[in-house]
Amino acid sequence: MFFRMIKGVLIRQRKKMLMIAVTVALGVSLATAVLNVMLDVGDKVNQELKAYGANINVIPRGAFLLNDLYGIDMENGISDKYLDESQIGNIKTIFWSFNIVDFTPYLELSGKANNEKVKIVGTWFNYELKLETGEFRTGMKNLKTWWQVSGAWLEDSDADAVMVGSIYASRNGIKTGDKITLNVADAVREFTVKGVFDSGSSEDEYVYLPLSVVQEMAGLAGKVSRIEVSALTTPDNELALKAAQDIKSLSIKEYETWYCTAYVSSISYQIEEVITDAVAKPIRQIAESEGAILDKTQLLMLLITVLSLAGAAVGITNLVTASVMERSQEIGLLKAVGAKDSAVILLIFTEILITSTVGGIIGYFVGLGFAQIIGQTVFSSAIAIKAMVIPIIAVSVFVITLIGSIPSIKMLLSLKPAEVLHGR
Amino acid sequence: MNVLELKNISKIYGSLKALSEIDLVVKKGEWLAIMGPSGSGKTTMMNIIGCLDKPSSGSVILDGKDIAKENAAGLTAIRRDKIGLIFQQFHLVNYLTALENVMVAQYYHSMPDEAEALQALEKVGLKDRAKHLPAQLSGGEQQRVCIARALINSPMLILADEPTGNLDEANEGIVMDLLQGLHDDGSTVIVVTHDPEVAEKAQRTVILEHGRIARIIENSSAEKADET
Repeated sequence: MFFRMIKGVLIRQRKKMLMIAVTVALGVSLATAVLNVMLDVGDKVNQELKAYGANINVIPRGAFLLNDLYGIDMENGISDKYLDESQIGNIKTIFWSFNIVDFTPYLELSGKANNEKVKIVGTWFNYELKLETGEFRTGMKNLKTWWQVSGAWLEDSDADAVMVGSIYASRNGIKTGDKITLNVADAVREFTVKGVFDSGSSEDEYVYLPLSVVQEMAGLAGKVSRIEVSALTTPDNELALKAAQDIKSLSIKEYETWYCTAYVSSISYQIEEVITDAVAKPIRQIAESEGAILDKTQLLMLLITVLSLAGAAVGITNLVTASVMERSQEIGLLKAVGAKDSAVILLIFTEILITSTVGGIIGYFVGLGFAQIIGQTVFSSAIAIKAMVIPIIAVSVFVITLIGSIPSIKMLLSLKPAEVLHGR
Repeated sequence: MNVLELKNISKIYGSLKALSEIDLVVKKGEWLAIMGPSGSGKTTMMNIIGCLDKPSSGSVILDGKDIAKENAAGLTAIRRDKIGLIFQQFHLVNYLTALENVMVAQYYHSMPDEAEALQALEKVGLKDRAKHLPAQLSGGEQQRVCIARALINSPMLILADEPTGNLDEANEGIVMDLLQGLHDDGSTVIVVTHDPEVAEKAQRTVILEHGRIARIIENSSAEKADET
């Protein structure tokens, strides 16, 4: 009989129930969309931020000490400490290898270009790295996407071409197609300027060549000064900060948690494990900015989720209270024929819960659509559907239905059959 | 055997004394009418007898138990087990069919039994209207569903509040015949009415005025009907 009564309400009073279902569907659709975006926004924002460069710098341990102890900047080419080029591919073998988006090595040396002292940098531009797991294309083209290049990017096979920074080029009146003579160590060679780049930083004073060319000129085959790595990371929390201060202070459990989370510090640590005598230092400014942006974005989305669900709860409160008031004679009658308060509450709450569940299911799928619209509009890519949103939404629907029903249940308890049946 | 005893009951709402020192005994199988003008306390008395309200003072002994001492849950249980209520406004659940409206009373009493509910509808002449919603029934038919709902659990006391108040003459006759039938079957019936013709059918009529019993009339026509 209970379900006949529920069925009676749901079928024969569907217009009233539809209003409740629509209210829940609206709240849930917004919450679903925002939760899915929120859970995926970390990767999305990370990918966006990765367009602005590397977040880990890998340098030789000796050079790091020189810098650390004496303030000598190895970027000036003073350091004679190098990393082994053959080990660069190991970066793609670490636990978080899938989070390694891009990396490129640099061999940075002081030299002369047309007899003017200049920093000469050998690097990968669009290098095809052959790994056991397959091929991986990496280099400056992916890492420095914001560089504005007039002319063309270098290819790693360009043996007689260079790219020059815009400041150096304008100071010396150099443009694409000009010839330039480089002195590196004892080698002197003439190159053609293939492109002039504008990076918006001090790199605009440098001259860039393929890594192999600089290695050959300097007699440093297989050597690199440093490696820049761009990795998708998880924003730092207390555990990450504790690990950054002193990894030995972590308990075994903390260490495992930290190691298996894509913190910039744990990825750096894993890089150090696979490259001999290397120090991988997070570029803190970038890592912290990413964390701050992510935290604020996620907080904003969480607030929107809470507000949308709160809005739904308020909507349910109004609709259910109005419904109970409208049905007061029916409720009074049920009490008059012997229904206990608990039985009437169960009946009303079940009706609302079933209606809310239907609304919630519809809202969930509509919300997935909204999430994709947000993804395409804001990030130009699809939002990954997170399964964990389903239980969150299910619990939320139950809670907002419960909260939304409390005022009407209180009213229902106070209904006296003698009063409502006589129209008082 | 007494089914109901009202002992010195009063009901006070703020400064208004709706009922004052009422004493009344209703015997098993008796048909009693309560009459009086508006504001005389008929509805208050019906609410107290029907366990929908409690008196401010005095005792209400129903089947040997003082219901004035019961809490809300206790009163609900007594209504469920011992009283069949018939209302002037019918008060059917509008989204349930006639059959389901009868079964609701079964459901809250014990176990719903569709065949038994259908029998009750047959008794009031509505078997063929069992699947109809209240909106699809006439006023008289709705009142007959209400009677079927009241008698489905075989209550000790059937309490009808203006059962013919909203009916035309033809339906009034049908409903009164049904109440007569219930009385003939041994049910104790109390009818609250302002209609002297309805009251005349009862064995006794209690006349209320200003919350007090003004007089009790023994109805000879009802006695004759009983004798026949």
